[in-house]
Amino acid sequence: MKAHDDPEILIDNVSFAYKQRKILDDVNLRIRKKEFASIVGPNGGGKTTLLKLILGLIKPDKGQIRIFGKAPDQARHRMGYMPQYAHLDMDFPATVMDVVLMGRLSKTTLWFSKKDRKEALTAIDEVGMTAYIKTEFNELSGGQKQRILIARALCSYPDILLLDEPTANVDQQTEENLFSILQKLNSKMIILLVSHDLGFVSKYVKNVICVNRRVVIHPTTLINGSLIKDIYNGDQKMVRHDQLCNERGHIYD
Amino acid sequence: MIDVAMAIMDPDNLFLRYAFIMGGLAAISFGIIGTFVTIKRIGYLAGAISHSVFGGIGLALFLQVNAGLTWFDPILGAVLAAITAAVIVGLVSLHAKEREDTIIGTLWAVGMASGILLIDMTPGYFNLSSYLFGDILLISGKDLLFVGCLDAIVLGLSILFFNQFFSVCFDNEFTALRGINTTFFYLLLLILTALTVVLLVRVVGIVLVIALLTIPPAIASFYAKRLWQMMLFSILLCAAFTWAGLGISYAFSLSSGPAIIVLSGAVYLVLIVIHKVLKS
Repeated sequence: MKAHDDPEILIDNVSFAYKQRKILDDVNLRIRKKEFASIVGPNGGGKTTLLKLILGLIKPDKGQIRIFGKAPDQARHRMGYMPQYAHLDMDFPATVMDVVLMGRLSKTTLWFSKKDRKEALTAIDEVGMTAYIKTEFNELSGGQKQRILIARALCSYPDILLLDEPTANVDQQTEENLFSILQKLNSKMIILLVSHDLGFVSKYVKNVICVNRRVVIHPTTLINGSLIKDIYNGDQKMVRHDQLCNERGHIYD
Repeated sequence: MIDVAMAIMDPDNLFLRYAFIMGGLAAISFGIIGTFVTIKRIGYLAGAISHSVFGGIGLALFLQVNAGLTWFDPILGAVLAAITAAVIVGLVSLHAKEREDTIIGTLWAVGMASGILLIDMTPGYFNLSSYLFGDILLISGKDLLFVGCLDAIVLGLSILFFNQFFSVCFDNEFTALRGINTTFFYLLLLILTALTVVLLVRVVGIVLVIALLTIPPAIASFYAKRLWQMMLFSILLCAAFTWAGLGISYAFSLSSGPAIIVLSGAVYLVLIVIHKVLKS
């Protein structure tokens, strides 16, 4: 069982290899309540692997993972997951409502009840997509699809929300909208999101988890440099990888 | 077409009436399972299953004649082979990520070849082409009952587990995270596909199965916004193609299976062209 001040997500000495190649090596991570963190790192550095380990989709070769004091697959019902929409079939006939209702599935569900539909509607409303309930999922833009997949993750009332590249292929305006939705949700749940783009660690994120075979967590700190400001056109926070990551052997481009 | 209608009404042409009833009954399973096969993109797996059916038919004929097991009907052999192939193909596609297509291609060919070898070793003459290309006009009353039962199983399970099948096809990983046993539902879907393939063998034969399983859903997907609409439309199209193909084959004395396939293929091609033109 989880003791009072144990972290909600505990990763202890975890290693994971795929075909003899070490993806993650001796990873230690503690995530506590109200965390809002971005998981960044180079491609192939192990970001998605870390997410899948937390979700219990894969098992570590070494070490242990505890979510709310339980094995990850025992805690799945408390986690909401938003995959990249690019993995989904673009010809699949389904409305927005059909997709969001998937989040209400459980071991005992056969047909969806009135309550399931009500919860799905609430979740769709939360991401501001109520006008699109009957629209075909595949007719939506990339940013709208991301919002619907967030709604699908939300309608089971998760305590942890995990998002895989929520800002891939969306423009800056859409990205800001997504982050303001996430920030609102953060009062109710832990949010961890994968991003391959280190430069754009948004001003909303409290911590940055750097993953490159090893894992290091840093708080975001304000950067005054005008370069970043010019590129992104607003106040941005930037992780000071120049100081923190290089010491530990992290190299980013 | 009036000639065909008259022929169906003729009490001497019971076989023709059976064929039309068979076409309608079979369309229910084909439309539903064909839609799942199309959206899950497992047409290749369905092809491997359908060709392994031939191994089961060969084994049944071999045992009937050589071992005196007269109760071992070819259709029983077909059902057993189809289900075995479905489970093997399913487990291979889940676990043997890299060599999946090689293994499934091998199963496809070996299933078919072993069927022919078993028939070679069985004395007597067997009309292989009726298994390969179908002969809906040879349907008996017993076959109709059999198809009705399989229909009930496919329809019942598809309605009961509609949401599970929908989710497994749309996003398997997310479905697993909701606590659903996705391997179970994937294998169940493949077994239902196998049963449906056995039905199809009577109508269009082993070789043409994939076409009738996937063409109606492919056309339906042009118009359907939701999964159940795609299924309903596929069922109607499948019945229409089977009936029209039968009518053509009767009116012009052609093989029924190929007539059905050529007709549905032609309609599909025309619709693809129309949709391309409309879009541009």
